[in-house]
Amino acid sequence: MTSVTYDQATRTYEGTDVAAVDRLSLDVGDGELLVLVGPSGSGKSTALRMLAGLEPLDGGVIRIGERDVSNVRPRDRDIAMVFQNYALYPQLSVAENMGFALKQQGVPKEERRARVQETARILDLEPYLDRKPKHLSGGQRQRVAMGRAIVRQPAVYLMDEPLSNLDAKLRVQTRTEVVELQARLGVTTVYVTHDQVEAMTMGHRVAVLKDGVLQQCDAPGTLYHEPVNLFVAGFIGSPAMNLVELGEERPLRLGSSELSLDSGAQSAVSNGAGNITLGFRPEALRLGEGPLRATIRTVEDLGSEVFVHMALDHRGDAVSLVSRMPPPFHGDPGDSIGLELDGTTHLFGGDGGRVTSARASLT
Amino acid sequence: MSAEASAVAVGESRWVNRAFGLLAWVVGLIFFFPVFWMVINAFKDEQDANTAPKLVFDPTLDRFDEVTASASGLLSFGEAFANSAVIVLISTVIVLALAIPAAYALAIRPVHKWRDVLFFFISTKFLPVVASILPIWILARELELLNTRLVLIVLYTGINLPLAVWMLRSFFQEIPRELIEAAEIDGAGLRGQLTSIILPMAAPGIAATALLCVIFAWNEFFYAVQLNPVDGSTVPIWVTTNISTRGDFLAKLSAASVLACIPVVLAGWIAQKRMIRGLAMGAIK
Repeated sequence: MTSVTYDQATRTYEGTDVAAVDRLSLDVGDGELLVLVGPSGSGKSTALRMLAGLEPLDGGVIRIGERDVSNVRPRDRDIAMVFQNYALYPQLSVAENMGFALKQQGVPKEERRARVQETARILDLEPYLDRKPKHLSGGQRQRVAMGRAIVRQPAVYLMDEPLSNLDAKLRVQTRTEVVELQARLGVTTVYVTHDQVEAMTMGHRVAVLKDGVLQQCDAPGTLYHEPVNLFVAGFIGSPAMNLVELGEERPLRLGSSELSLDSGAQSAVSNGAGNITLGFRPEALRLGEGPLRATIRTVEDLGSEVFVHMALDHRGDAVSLVSRMPPPFHGDPGDSIGLELDGTTHLFGGDGGRVTSARASLT
Repeated sequence: MSAEASAVAVGESRWVNRAFGLLAWVVGLIFFFPVFWMVINAFKDEQDANTAPKLVFDPTLDRFDEVTASASGLLSFGEAFANSAVIVLISTVIVLALAIPAAYALAIRPVHKWRDVLFFFISTKFLPVVASILPIWILARELELLNTRLVLIVLYTGINLPLAVWMLRSFFQEIPRELIEAAEIDGAGLRGQLTSIILPMAAPGIAATALLCVIFAWNEFFYAVQLNPVDGSTVPIWVTTNISTRGDFLAKLSAASVLACIPVVLAGWIAQKRMIRGLAMGAIK
């Protein structure tokens, strides 16, 4: 049983007052693949490096299993890490790279060779065992880096944006392979990425960080459908959620239309709730007939779906909206089109937190 | 820009390139000429060497025989060469042994106030050599180190150490941090990181540093002549013993100088091959 626990873990870099990771508390279950996601500077890599022992803690503790590892050297933490640039030892062959950690641990040569062979077989690296890293393609290097981690049979895998140096097609393919491999090995994994699509497709749970502070940690579906605040709402999903500031006026109005909610939601956003921001996913915005009209800006036809970007006149400003429509879609830039809400809408308060979610209609 | 205009611009830059190339060759040849003249003088007899510049002559190795023949009471070539070899090799080994850990502490795991430390190292180079000779001479005399190899080993170590630390530090900085971190996670201790990652990757840099230390120590004249005029004298001092007050000595001096140059040129040639191979292997990107 290997779980990972961050308990109020804090890291402040020398020469700054702002914590790169601020009182992070997070539990990663045994065998779980947890993804840390956030924009650059959100502290996700720092959080991972703290777990690796490459960054000291300025507060709190980190536990691997039951053991407090806060002051344990990286090599004594029983972890393996895959780096963004793979960090393969250039002067060593693929086999030597993969066997390096075992050699350091004093594993006998025969066993070392057998374990490297077995891992190479799993990753289709057998033909390349004698090559140097510079004679490998990007995808092969990535697999060697994975192999170097796997061969050690550690308690926890740490992965720091391991797919970001691959081209788009290979990245999608490797993503699936990593998920399958992780499921097969059943080893607790903490995975860092800035790509929310990668996070959503790979993670059992996804932890969203911003400015060193954990915003929300939930299953991908929950993050998508029930974001706790404006940041998570805007960060998760592609294209992003439509967010429109409605202000403090009541009743709530979107453009020229009045927003009607069910009575429970209506009372939650009554006058005391302050400045309200309305959020709805592109698929919750239906085009065609509707009380509200907007002007089409661009139409992106992806074949399986069509993204329609529009400008809506709202409180004197042109607000950008995007809708996800099933093909075929008939409409051109410049056309005026009717809008109707058809799905869940989220209402966020002045502090950015979600006040309520409800179905809404425009009148 | 039209096609014609760009063609003119390309032509112009090509012409400018050629002009600069030619200039570089001319300057290079001017600088190389004295060396060339020294080498051919070494193969002449004194009369040819001292008359008007002469490119066609009967080459002879007699001057080399003369300068390497030992005379009693005088510093012999063999003795000077042995002194230089011992002093240069030992001081260079000590320099590397001290500079590698120092560079590690300044580049890879920076110690507190590493900038000040780095500045302190280079500040030891600010003092003019002449200004330091008297205290050093007195110290050496009190410690009974005058005319010993040891005094030059200590001095050359001290002189080369700051430079070696600076050079190695910049080479160590070239090593990607992730590699050292990966080795750390993979279980390599300090020694493991050094021997399996840092030293192999910085090998071309270490070779370059060692080469510079060897060259500086081999060529150093001022301290050597002040501290070791009688015993423990090095090759540069032996070269000057071929200057005589009676008769011509230009050909003999040239021959001695050529001999003094050979080890340095050889060391440079070997180190250069190694450095280029290291670069070609992609050890340093």
